[in-house]
Amino acid sequence: MESCNCIEPQWPPDDLLMKYQYISDFFIALAYFSIPLELIYFVKKSAVFPYRWVLVQFGAFIVLCGATHLINLWTFTVHSRTVASVMTTAKVLTAAVSCITALMLVHIIPDLLSVKTRELFLKNKAAELDREMGLIRTQEETGRHVRMLTHEIRSTLDRHTILKTTLVELGRTLALEECALWMPTRTGLELQLSYTLRQQNPVGYTVPIHHPVINQVFSSNRAVKISPNCPVARLRPAGKYMPGEVVAVRVPLLHLSNFHINDWPELSTKRYALMVLMLPSDSARQWHVHELELVEVVADQVAVALSHAAILEESMRARDLLMDQNVALDLARREAETAIRARNDFLAVMNHEMRTPMHAIIALSSLLQETELTPEQRLMVETVLKSSNLLATLINDVLDLSRLEDGSLQLDLGTFNLYAVFREVLNLIKPIASVKKLHVSLNLAPDLPEYAVGDEKRLMQTILNIVGNAVKFSKEGSISITAFVAKLDTLRDSKAPEFLPVLSDNHFYLRVQVKDSGSGINPLDIPKLFTKFAQNQSTGTRNSGGSGLGLAICKRFVNLMEGHIWIESEGLGKGCTAILIVKLGMPERVNESKLPYMPKMPTNHGQTAFPGLKVLVMDENGVSRMVTKGLLLHLGCDVTMVGSSDECLRLVSHEHKVVFMDICVPCIDSYGITIRIHEKFTKRHERPLLVALTGNTDKVTKENCMRAGMDGLILKPVSLDKMRSVLTDLLEHRVFFEAI
Amino acid sequence: MDLVQLQRQLVDYRTSLYHEGFLDEQFTQLQSLQDENNPDFVVEVVSLFFEDSERLLNELSKALEQQVIDFKRMDAQVHQLKGSSSSIGAHRVQKLCIVFRNYCEAQNVEGCLKCLQQVKHEYGIIKTKLESMFQLEQQILNAGGSIPV
Repeated sequence: MESCNCIEPQWPPDDLLMKYQYISDFFIALAYFSIPLELIYFVKKSAVFPYRWVLVQFGAFIVLCGATHLINLWTFTVHSRTVASVMTTAKVLTAAVSCITALMLVHIIPDLLSVKTRELFLKNKAAELDREMGLIRTQEETGRHVRMLTHEIRSTLDRHTILKTTLVELGRTLALEECALWMPTRTGLELQLSYTLRQQNPVGYTVPIHHPVINQVFSSNRAVKISPNCPVARLRPAGKYMPGEVVAVRVPLLHLSNFHINDWPELSTKRYALMVLMLPSDSARQWHVHELELVEVVADQVAVALSHAAILEESMRARDLLMDQNVALDLARREAETAIRARNDFLAVMNHEMRTPMHAIIALSSLLQETELTPEQRLMVETVLKSSNLLATLINDVLDLSRLEDGSLQLDLGTFNLYAVFREVLNLIKPIASVKKLHVSLNLAPDLPEYAVGDEKRLMQTILNIVGNAVKFSKEGSISITAFVAKLDTLRDSKAPEFLPVLSDNHFYLRVQVKDSGSGINPLDIPKLFTKFAQNQSTGTRNSGGSGLGLAICKRFVNLMEGHIWIESEGLGKGCTAILIVKLGMPERVNESKLPYMPKMPTNHGQTAFPGLKVLVMDENGVSRMVTKGLLLHLGCDVTMVGSSDECLRLVSHEHKVVFMDICVPCIDSYGITIRIHEKFTKRHERPLLVALTGNTDKVTKENCMRAGMDGLILKPVSLDKMRSVLTDLLEHRVFFEAI
Repeated sequence: MDLVQLQRQLVDYRTSLYHEGFLDEQFTQLQSLQDENNPDFVVEVVSLFFEDSERLLNELSKALEQQVIDFKRMDAQVHQLKGSSSSIGAHRVQKLCIVFRNYCEAQNVEGCLKCLQQVKHEYGIIKTKLESMFQLEQQILNAGGSIPV
C-alpha cells in the first residue's frame, strides 16, 4: 500500500497488543527519565562517593534509553522521515553510551569489592584499639592506685602503721572482703596472724610454715591464687557462703645485712611474711591480672617500707643506747673526778699533818744537837736527825708520788761524800741488824771515788731501802754490801738487757750489791717486786709492815739517775742479791769550802762561824735589838747596834759587811735608809749587804724590800741555826730572800 | 736545900712555864745564846724587857685616859710591846698585844681598855714567874752548881 503523508488519526482498531506496547513504552520512558533525576540528586548529595562520573555515565545511558523509547512512541504509526532519523540517532547514541558503560562497569567492579573488604578490616582494627584503650585505662588506674598506696605506706616509718595502712588501702582499692598478714614467729617455724583488715584484734592464730601451699607462695615472687581451704585463707568463720577467690603473695622481710652495695637482695632473704587477700564471696568476681600485679607491687613496697622502718628502729635504739652510755660515762667521769679531788684533798691534808710533826722532830733534834752532849748522845741525836730527814724526804716523795709518775721530779744534784753515805747506811742499819743477830759487812772498792756528784739524799734512801729489805727478810745469817765502780763488761749484764750504759768522761757508774742469806724470792715473783703496792704474800711477809712502795720508789729514783736495779734469787730459802747501778758524776777538784755547809759538824759547837764579821743591827725595839745582838755575838760577829735611822746612816761604813734592819710598819723608814745607803756606797763591793728582819709574812713586804734594793729578808723569830745558814748563804750568794 | 733538888725544881718550873704557855721556844733560843762570853745574857735581856714594858704600859694607860685618843700612837706602842715580848718569848703577852692592836685599828675604846687590863695582868704574872726563876738560878749558882739546860 502506498502511504500518504497525512497522519491517520485513527487507531488500527484491532491491535490491542500495540496498545499495550504503546503504554509500556510510555511508562518505561517515564521511569527512564526519573531515575537519572534521582541519580543526579544522589551525586549532588554524596560528596564521598568516588565513582561519580560512572553515575553520570549511567545517567546518560538511561536518559538516552528513555529518549529512544519515547521516540519509539511515534514509530508505531506512520511516521515521517525526520522522526526516523531522530530515532536512528537516538538509538545509535544509546548504543554507544551503553557499550561504554558496560565496559566501564567491568573495570570498576573489583575496586568496588575491595572497598568492602577494607571497610571490614577497619572495623576490626577499631574494635581492637578500643580493647587496648580499655586495658591502658585499667593499667593507669592500677598505677594510680599503686602510687597512692605506696604514698600511704611510705608516709610513715612506724611498722604497725605501715602494715595497717597497706591492708586498709588494698582493701579499699580492690574492694576486698578480707585482707590479712601473717608474720613469721621468732622461731621461724610458724606464721602468726598479725594484722587483718576487718577484725580488730586478731587472735594469734599460728600456722606451721612448712605447708606446701605456703612454700609454693614463698618460692615465687608472684601473687598466687590459693585454695580457700588452705589454713592461711581460713580467715572468716566457716560460713554459709562460698568464699571468694583468694590470692596470696610473699612479702620479703629485709634485714640490714641484706643490702649489699650494687646487689639487689633478691635471693638472700630468708624470712617472708604472707599476705592473703580475699575477694568478696558473693560477687562472682575474679582476680584480674592487673589486680595481681598491683598486689605484687604493693608487697614489694611494703617490704621496702618495713625495712626502712626496721632500720629506723635500729638506729633509734642505737641512739638511745649511746645516750644511756653517755650518761653513764658522764657519771663515771664525774665520780672519777670527785675521787681524784678527794684523793688530792686527802693527800694535801695528810701532807700537812705528816709534815708538822716531822718539823717538830727535826727542829727539836737540831736544837738538841746544839746543847752539851756526850759522844754517844751526840751520835744518837745525829742518827735521829738523819732518820727524820730521810723520813721527811720519804714523806715528800710518797705524797708526791704522782709527781714521780709524771716524771716531773728532779734530782737535787750536789757534791757529796760517797763513803759517808755508805757509813751512814751502815750506822742506821746496825741497831736493827744486831737485834736480829745479823752480821752486816761493808766492802768499798779502793777505786771508788770519795766524792761524787748526784742526789745524796735519794741515793742514800735507795741504798737504805735495799739494805733494809735485806735485813727485813733475813732471819739469820749475814748481809754483805759491796760497792765498786762498774766496768763496761759488767755493765752489760744478761739480766738487764734493756740497760745500755754510756760511758763518758765526767761520769762513772756505781754498782752496789747487797747480798743476804735470807728467805729468798721465787724467781717467778721477781718481776712483780718493783710494782707499786704489790706485796709478796707467799713468804709470810704480811706482818712485816711497809706499804710496798719502797722498791717502786727506788726503781724510779734509779731510773732518774740513769741506772738500773734488779734482784736475783736462786729461789725460796736461798737468799737473794739486789744489784743497783747508778750514774754519778765525777766532782771537779774538790776543796772543802765548795762543799755545802753541813750544819751538823760535831766539833762546831760553840765555834764561831763568822769570826770578826762586822755587822750593824738597827732595831728600834731595845729588847729585840738585844736578842739579835746576842745571836750574832754567839756566832762570833762584831756587832754594832743602832736604834734609829740617823744613827744607822752615821755609823754605817764600808767595814760593815751586813746591815740587819728591823722593819716594822709604820716606824722606821727602812726603805728610805736603803736608798740612802745605796747612794752612799756607789761601788758595789763596798756596800754592805742589807737584810730586813720582819715578822710580816705577806708578799707585799717582800716585794717592797726587793724593790727598795734590799739584799735579803728574814722572818722573825730567828733561830740560831737559821741565822747561821742565812749568813752563810748571804755571804756566798750575796742575796737571801726567805720564802714566805 | 739540896743542889740536885734545886736543879730539879728549876727544870720542873721551867717546863711548867713552857707547858702553860707563858714562854715559847724563843726563850729557849735566848738561853742558847748564853755562854762563857755572855754569862748573864738572859738576865740582861729580860731586865731590859721589864723596863721597856713598864714604860710602854704606863704610856698606854695615860693615852687611854685622854679625851682625844691618839690611836695611831697607841698602835705603834703596842707594836713595840709585841716586838719585845716576842723577842724574849713571852708568849701570852705577845698574843694579847695582837688582840690589842686589832682593837686599836678598830678604834674600839672599850676593847682597848679591857685589853690593856689583860696585858698588864699577864705582864705582872710573867714578871713574877721570871723573877722567881732567876732567884732559883741564883740559888743554884750560889750553891756551887751549874744551871741545867
